[in-house]
Amino acid sequence: MTASNKVVNILVVGIGGQGVMTASEILSEAAISQGYDVKKTEVAGMSQRGGVVSSHVRFGPRVLSPEIAPGEADILVGFEAAEAMRWCHYLRPEGVAMVNRLNLEPPVVSLGLYPYPADPVGEIRKQGVRLHDFDAGAIARELGDLRLVNTIMMGAIADALPFPAETLKERIVERFRARKPALAETNARAFDLGRAAAH
Amino acid sequence: MNPNLLQPPAAGSRLLMSGNEAVARAVWDAGTRVAAAYPGTPATEILEYLSLYPDLYAEWSVNEKVSLEVAIGASLAGARGFCAMKHVGLNVAADALMTQTLAGVVGGLVIAVADDVGFSSSQNEQDSRYWGRFAHLPVLEPADSQEAYEMTRAAFALSEQYNTPVLLRLTTRVCHVKCLVSVGERQVVRAADQFTKDPGRWVMVPANAKRHVPEMLARDKALAAAVETSPLNRLEAGSNPRLGFVTSGPAYMHVREAFPDAPVLKLGFSHPVPLGLVRQLADQVEALVVVEETEPLMETEIKAAGIAAHGKDILPAAGELPPHILRRGLAALLGQQPVAADVGQRPALEVFPRPPTMCVACPHLGVYYTLSQLRNVNISGDIGCYTLGAGHPWNALDTCISMGASMGIALGLDKGRGPGDENKKVVAVIGDSTFLHMGMQGLLDIAYNRGNVTVLLLDNRAVGMTGGQENPGSGRDIYGQPAPRVDFAKLVEALGIDKERIHMVDPYQLPVLFKTLREETKRPGPSVIITDRPCVLIDHYQKQQPYEVDEAACTGCGNCVEVGCPAIHVTRRDKAIKPSGKEVELAFVKIETAACTGCDLCVQTCAPKAIRHAVPTFPVSIN
Repeated sequence: MTASNKVVNILVVGIGGQGVMTASEILSEAAISQGYDVKKTEVAGMSQRGGVVSSHVRFGPRVLSPEIAPGEADILVGFEAAEAMRWCHYLRPEGVAMVNRLNLEPPVVSLGLYPYPADPVGEIRKQGVRLHDFDAGAIARELGDLRLVNTIMMGAIADALPFPAETLKERIVERFRARKPALAETNARAFDLGRAAAH
Repeated sequence: MNPNLLQPPAAGSRLLMSGNEAVARAVWDAGTRVAAAYPGTPATEILEYLSLYPDLYAEWSVNEKVSLEVAIGASLAGARGFCAMKHVGLNVAADALMTQTLAGVVGGLVIAVADDVGFSSSQNEQDSRYWGRFAHLPVLEPADSQEAYEMTRAAFALSEQYNTPVLLRLTTRVCHVKCLVSVGERQVVRAADQFTKDPGRWVMVPANAKRHVPEMLARDKALAAAVETSPLNRLEAGSNPRLGFVTSGPAYMHVREAFPDAPVLKLGFSHPVPLGLVRQLADQVEALVVVEETEPLMETEIKAAGIAAHGKDILPAAGELPPHILRRGLAALLGQQPVAADVGQRPALEVFPRPPTMCVACPHLGVYYTLSQLRNVNISGDIGCYTLGAGHPWNALDTCISMGASMGIALGLDKGRGPGDENKKVVAVIGDSTFLHMGMQGLLDIAYNRGNVTVLLLDNRAVGMTGGQENPGSGRDIYGQPAPRVDFAKLVEALGIDKERIHMVDPYQLPVLFKTLREETKRPGPSVIITDRPCVLIDHYQKQQPYEVDEAACTGCGNCVEVGCPAIHVTRRDKAIKPSGKEVELAFVKIETAACTGCDLCVQTCAPKAIRHAVPTFPVSIN
């Protein structure tokens, strides 16, 4: 999708606690293993408190500014549907969005102060965004652990990256092998199922 | 001493590091012996990482002033000393700083100060570079993690060479950006054998202190010469002489990204401003633009030197200056069409806000639910997770200014009350760590001056907002090792609060909390109510069996929603007419059982007893 001399911009968005920062860290490590220069940034001072998290990953021969400007993201990874909607103007005209259909209502919606959009995915489509949406939570539930959403989303974007999908998968599996070996195999399966769901 | 020690990666390694990680590694590599900090976003992780390194003493200090004093003491003892803080922390530490600059150093003394440019997690956006001017100190400004590593090491050398504390100015976009860093060899520093008694130098009575002023002014001159040739400053040639940029910190990366062909004076050692280098650049270009986050400090000094420059006339004086903001600001100067808005080809879609919330089962939920039920009360708040009590659904916090301010402000609200507030009660809310940081003195003032204030001291055994760090109230040190734990009830009594007016209350016992609070606010004089249940994010917290809603029994009264727990969701809204003819809003709910930890707060608010224990079916996760 991109020439190798260009900086690739990936914006990963979601809610504090969903694993957005871990996902972007793994993406960064995979890009480094391919010899790219990488910068990763997020505003997450209070992310642990259920706030908005947006993590910018940029990689290429040399990366200067760590920030992706509106209209310049190549890939938007949305861990939650309304968050994908909030950030979709960051995509390039030809950029692609991979969206988990999950809807997480914050307390301000529960309290009736704001509505949750009736069809966030539809709203994004209306903007002419190339989008693929699926229920990552359903796959995670089948595998028996909702925390796998993170890995499923990585699998889903793996074929849109300018390096082999296996590279990203290896990073995830290695990470688990080092920290929680019991989960390495499950994550490999979650990755494959995410990858299949994107086609 | 530390069971979690890191095996530091070898010199020559290229590592993906945040600015905070890189600073920590550099502090260690610089052979520093003592490092201290009070947690504060975005600088918190520096000391967390340092606590993992061997052969170095790290501590959580009770506040930033103490952390600087500890670092000063280490320097006087002959070792390299370091402290880290967020921007507002330096306001607290400034008293020590303003005199230490006169006294100088023995071992290198470096103060890392992290400005929260863009307000990611702070109450203001002050520019800490002013302290460099105010205190006559060199200021170093790294642009990314690699530079953070190099400049931290350079800062120690500069400190010793020029006999001065050095300010390392970081910003959120340095602290929290990860990029590749090549790390070097750990330096063997020959520290002094002992503290050298020298009252003329270290006892800052007026007669001694004033003798140091000429030394400090001479140092200013030496530093002004040093910046012109420092390897931390460089003039980068560019093929397009239309615009030349003077820039520092992460703004440099944005300038390079937005204007790749422009000549740039990149300042790492940014105070004093190297006016000779600025002139050299000005002579090469048609127009000079100073790009600095946030205040126009360099710009003012450059203009004062008679060099024409643009700066805040075309660029924002608040927030970050990423490439698209720079391009927009400079469009007119380049004779381009102004860019309409800072958005791409597509408009930003309107989506509800998602402010940070309190956690599921947070002990503060019970406190704010109770406070929201009180009438005729002015609530003075403080800095921490509990500041979120100002938001929905509680709306139960009326002020928040600075660390520890809830105490003094409450006293002032009491003493300064007008006729309209005659029957109002004054309540102050403060967390354990904030109380120890700067709140104790305020409570002493309340006790001493007999204020009519009820203080809620929320002891959750952690610095919650920054990620649950230890503090003297948690009973553990930075290494997780047992440490003396402050007895808050005894401390408060020692400050002068009548023993009968000190109450330990479980914040999950809503009726007790409500009764205690109502009774204490009715009585004149000061009182303190201490809540004593731990933060749900630390390992003291024990999960209980989760709950679910019996939908057939839920009457839609909405009382449980007022608790503000993020595990409670409204599934359906309706309206009903009461027998009195009054229309009421109904909100039927469900509980996210996978997230619920069984704290029992919502159960206590449910009149029809529609909330019952559930059997968990899935591993607990927000997903």
